[in-house]
Amino acid sequence: MMNTRNSLALLLLATVVLLAGCERPRPDTVQRGYRGTGTVEVHNPRVTALKVATAQAPEPLAAVPAGGPAASSVYKNVQVLGDVDAGELTRLMLAMTQWVAPQQGCAYCHAGADFAADTLYTKVVARRMLQMTRHINSDWKTHVGDTGVTCYTCHRGQNVPSEVWFTPPAQKRGQSFAGNKAGQNAPAASVALAALPYDPFTPFLSQSSDVRVVGDTPLATGNRHSIKQTEWTYSLMMHMSDALGVNCTYCHNSRSFTSWDTSTPQRATAWYGIRMARDLNSQYLESLSKVVPAHRLGSEGDAPKLNCATCHQAAFKPLYGAPMLKDYPQLGVVAHAAAAAPEEAVAQTKP
Amino acid sequence: MSMLSFERKYRVRGGTLLGGDLFDFWVGPFYVGFFGVTSVFFAVLGTLLIIWGASQGPTWNLWQISIAPPDLKYGLGLAPLMEGGLWQIITICAIGAFVSWALREVEICRKLGIGLHVPFAFSVAIFAYVSLVVIRPLLLGAWGHGFPYGIMSHLDWVSNTGYQYLHFHYNPAHMVAVSFFFASTLALAMHGGLVLSATNPPKGETVKTAEHENTFFRDAIGYSIGTLGIHRLGLFLALSAGFWSAVCIIISGPFWTRGWPEWWSWWLNLPVWR
Repeated sequence: MMNTRNSLALLLLATVVLLAGCERPRPDTVQRGYRGTGTVEVHNPRVTALKVATAQAPEPLAAVPAGGPAASSVYKNVQVLGDVDAGELTRLMLAMTQWVAPQQGCAYCHAGADFAADTLYTKVVARRMLQMTRHINSDWKTHVGDTGVTCYTCHRGQNVPSEVWFTPPAQKRGQSFAGNKAGQNAPAASVALAALPYDPFTPFLSQSSDVRVVGDTPLATGNRHSIKQTEWTYSLMMHMSDALGVNCTYCHNSRSFTSWDTSTPQRATAWYGIRMARDLNSQYLESLSKVVPAHRLGSEGDAPKLNCATCHQAAFKPLYGAPMLKDYPQLGVVAHAAAAAPEEAVAQTKP
Repeated sequence: MSMLSFERKYRVRGGTLLGGDLFDFWVGPFYVGFFGVTSVFFAVLGTLLIIWGASQGPTWNLWQISIAPPDLKYGLGLAPLMEGGLWQIITICAIGAFVSWALREVEICRKLGIGLHVPFAFSVAIFAYVSLVVIRPLLLGAWGHGFPYGIMSHLDWVSNTGYQYLHFHYNPAHMVAVSFFFASTLALAMHGGLVLSATNPPKGETVKTAEHENTFFRDAIGYSIGTLGIHRLGLFLALSAGFWSAVCIIISGPFWTRGWPEWWSWWLNLPVWR
């Protein structure tokens, strides 16, 4: 009898220990598919409140009257925003300071009295980032829609966005029987602490490796994708889920991950997002390794690069969809499209 | 139906929990009892409702018929019949039938003066079902969190619900449950193999008994759990598998909202090696 009681007590203790690392009910749940399919988002309301509180867009700066002279006619060396009103340019510069270098102020990018000089690397990078922002807002509407992005979407008041990635150093391995671990079995934050390959970024968000590993024929005819590649895709998906604060069913019906018929519309947005991240990393960010000083580089000498978390920061839409671009239309093409012909507007934003 | 010569001896009156003598009779080989009547009532009603639900649905394909629970917006209230209300009634019927069957088993045990191990074991299975369609939905605040009644649709639900937590293999209770499932198949296979080996000696030799069976395992692993013990072990392993399965789904959502891999951060952060 004593034994039974002891084992029952042990069982109870085990359950309590098991739950010690857990959260308490009741979570918020959001149904996203037909009833009974299990496509449901589950959130801890206390975590959500915290996340929403830290993801608030700053108040837009007061608008300036339009119709002033073009910035290029007032200031020297305005390469990207030359067509913007001078007053609007000043407003945008003030906003950028608030978004990216609130501590350092103008001097973070502009050296001394000569604001036109390109002496500081930060100014060169900022110019490239302005080009990138306009590129995103005009050419990647498939991902950012009309909400668009501003510097604040990623920077949130910091010189370098908090969520960036570098090429990880090669995993140490001896001349042993054990093969290439491919970055597995080392619980990493990049894959939400799973033991999956910890670098999904290099193959998928810098290079263009196949994310899809499922064959499109009933029999395995010619599909050479391996289990290892599948795990790598799973890594990318873990990152995306974690970066957006959603679960797999936000985009997929897990009956068939590959099938577009049963996926949600958000999967298409995410598909463009992957292509956008590749484009931005390879066209805008990787080349900055030659511009920025060594302390900004990763251990392999590469520039900081972006992934889904860079903008999203655990929200399904960055800043929960706050439409900042409408207050700074010169970061897109919207304002120009009204004044200039569409062809011109596009030409202006293509460097 | 004819009765075996010794069977009458065990057909004793009494032991009923409800209904007294009213339902204390047999139909052919089957004991009826009050709970036999309610079992049949709920089982037939539930099955007919499923068939009727299927007739209102888009398909008669056996694999695709599905009776889905309500939308989450109905919370813990009643839903319109064709929008999950049917699922709610069928759930009541299922629980009614399962519990009736367990209580009928209890009545039979009482008649025979034997332990309640079988109804207890069946109760663990019922608990697993009730965890999915009652306990977890109650904790999450909506009947819509139950699983749909359909061959393929319930599998889709299981898959999607697992992927709500990114990687379900990291669910600690799931790990325990899976281990118990494998352990019970191992124990069953070894037990079955051992009994068959003792009863199938080479040609010309007599059938061996428990001492040979015990000796085999003492020689092999230094210990034999014994003829009664193996059944205790089997019951424990099987019930633990079902119990921890229920725990693993109850904690998914009500007690954990993120990816299961992340739950293990307490392990990664132990002061010993963090």
